[in-house]
Amino acid sequence: MKNRNPIWDFFASVKLALFTLFFLSTTSIIGTIIPQKETTQQYIEKYGEATANLFQILSITPDMYSSAWFLSLLSLLCLNLIVCSLDRFPGVWRQIKADNLNTPLSRLEKMDPQRRWQLDNPPESTAIALKTALKTSGWKTEERKLDNALLLFAQKGGMTRTGVYIVHASILVIFAGAIIGSILGFKGSIMLPETKTTDKAYAFGTNSPIDLGFEIRCDRFNIEFYDNGMPKSYRSQLVILENGKVVKEKAIVVNDPLSYKGITFYQSSYEPYPEFLITITNKKTGLSETAIIPYQQQRNLEKNDLRFGIINAEAQGQSVSRIKIWLSDDKGEPSLFWLDDGEQVTVERAQNNFTVSAKQMYATGLQVAKDPGVWTVYTGCALMIIGLIVAFFMSHQRIWLYIREETDGKSSILMAGNANKNKAGFEKTFQALTQTMNKV
Amino acid sequence: MNSSQLIGITTFTYLFSTILYAALFIFKTKRLGPVATVFTLIAFLIQTAGIGLRWLESYQMGVGRAPLTNMYESVVFFAWTIILIYLIIEWKFKTRIIGAFAVPFAFLAMAYASFASGITKEIVPLVPALQSNWLIAHVVTCFIGYAAFTVAAGLGIMYLIKNTSETRQSTNDSTLLGSLPPLKVLDDITHKTMIFGFLWLSIGIITGAIWANSAWGTYWSWDPKETWSLITWFIYAITLHARYTRGWGGTRIAWLAIFGFISVIFTYYGVNFLLAGLHSYGSN
Ligand code: HEM
Repeated sequence: MKNRNPIWDFFASVKLALFTLFFLSTTSIIGTIIPQKETTQQYIEKYGEATANLFQILSITPDMYSSAWFLSLLSLLCLNLIVCSLDRFPGVWRQIKADNLNTPLSRLEKMDPQRRWQLDNPPESTAIALKTALKTSGWKTEERKLDNALLLFAQKGGMTRTGVYIVHASILVIFAGAIIGSILGFKGSIMLPETKTTDKAYAFGTNSPIDLGFEIRCDRFNIEFYDNGMPKSYRSQLVILENGKVVKEKAIVVNDPLSYKGITFYQSSYEPYPEFLITITNKKTGLSETAIIPYQQQRNLEKNDLRFGIINAEAQGQSVSRIKIWLSDDKGEPSLFWLDDGEQVTVERAQNNFTVSAKQMYATGLQVAKDPGVWTVYTGCALMIIGLIVAFFMSHQRIWLYIREETDGKSSILMAGNANKNKAGFEKTFQALTQTMNKV
Repeated sequence: MNSSQLIGITTFTYLFSTILYAALFIFKTKRLGPVATVFTLIAFLIQTAGIGLRWLESYQMGVGRAPLTNMYESVVFFAWTIILIYLIIEWKFKTRIIGAFAVPFAFLAMAYASFASGITKEIVPLVPALQSNWLIAHVVTCFIGYAAFTVAAGLGIMYLIKNTSETRQSTNDSTLLGSLPPLKVLDDITHKTMIFGFLWLSIGIITGAIWANSAWGTYWSWDPKETWSLITWFIYAITLHARYTRGWGGTRIAWLAIFGFISVIFTYYGVNFLLAGLHSYGSN
């Protein structure tokens, strides 16, 4: 026996686990009632100066769940798990690896379920027949010769004893992933107007700039609506650039982000601008120009020798639906026409044709996250589910057959077995097995 | 016939099932047993058809989405799962009295879905954040867990009722409560149902985290709903450990089953209505 150290025992105890889990659940409630991550000013307005102060001293605000005392509780849970597992696992491993052929007859005789019967053959041939019967039911047997007897043993699911430890380890893996993410990762956001490029995001909370290490551009942002006016999709056409060269392109929507070099961009919001994005292409020369132009201002496009402006627009809420454009190349009357937001039309002029597309300008709101711990967390989650299934629904089943040689050359058989869980289920298996054995 | 009518019919059929099971329990008319089962099964099939039809209708409307994405639909699915789990227990453990304690929850859920104000039954399209298969997986798995915990609470209540009466009078096989399954059996089924629920709640929390990560880049943000689901999960973890390693059983586990259920209801309902209310109240 290992000498018991009281400190070790304290951290290995399930009582501590129950206490920690209880404490975690009750304290977690606080942060769901007192809103988190608001400003000091907001707290003072809501709760008064004195209470707001107290909350701050107790670290209940602004962010209880990352306060030192809450993290300590989580650490205590981890420590408890580690010590408890180290304490118990060796014993479980010994049980898995045990030499079950060493089990004394006295123990077999006390097992439940058990069955006894006799056969006319001597132990050796009986054993062969029984082994075949076991094998057809999927049990692999070992055997050992004893005085005047033969002991057969078969087992299933020894490894399922590790299920609980997989669950416990999975919790540690998830915590490890969370720690990796919080040390090596960041969370931030970008408000990126269409056609513009940036190489920075702004961290949540502090708003300090974070270098992305590459550039990102939003070529286009658009919103689709259902017939009833509810938003159907927010879509940003994003381009990643390194040293001015395009290295990746993707249209992202909510739930389908873009990842590049471990940094992921999520569609999260948008901002409509009181400006318009116009692209005009000269059909003859193929020359294309894009301009950002405010409402009701005239603009010259030098290369195409054109003048144009937005003279009217219709909007639903803050989103423009139709745009009226005035366009002239000083050859004949100016053109005046409506087009839908985002639509492309051909404008016929006396000496040339142009394709014109126009849309309201938006900035897309992106959430930017780098979290190298995510896959560790997901691995932990997968382990947890596997572990729970093993721990709850699988058991270690063992069967012994003690075949004793009788004086008249016959053999008497004692069949005994046990399972560490689901005893009722095992009893059925055992009964079914004895049925097949009886036919031997 | 449209899905709302079918689901509406379900509310009343579950009420009738409740009455049948209650009658079976109170009058001990054995003949009523199969009637109650068959009736509940029919109600369950009607509800299944209703949910399926609602799915189809959403496609006909050009919205095309699983019927699992708002309060109304989730409550209906919750009731459906309670009945499914109950029917499995009835079939596996060959006891019908439990129906008197499980089916009422399904009826209450359906009544709430059908009659509570502020619950819209319309099939509305999904806003972008909700367009995710992880969300569907999340709702389905969470509600299987919640339904199992509801049945476990029903079993816990049975246990407590039977237990108080047994301590009061020694032999009472002729009385009302004599027809309840033995305490040991109740305790065992409660435990098994909670284990089942715990597995599904775990998967539910995980799929929810994956969904959040694909939508916002954060798998866990300690918002009240997430936090309450974790609190619920802790309560059941405590229950499992207390039973498995400290030998708790009987009344204590029955109380924990009820306590856990209260936490489930709070996670599901309270957070939406009470805490949200508190927050908006506070910020006025
Ligand atoms: C939230 C955290 C935890 C979860 C989800 C969890 C999960 C589980 C599960 C599912 C079981 C199997 C129960 C059964 O088969 O009925 C179990 C058993 C057990 N847990 Fe935990 N556990 C947690 C924390 C802890 C902690 C902190 C300890 C530290 C002492 C602990 C100690 C044990 C022990 C000793 C067993 C019994 C193992 C055996 O002998 O088979 N658990 N746990």
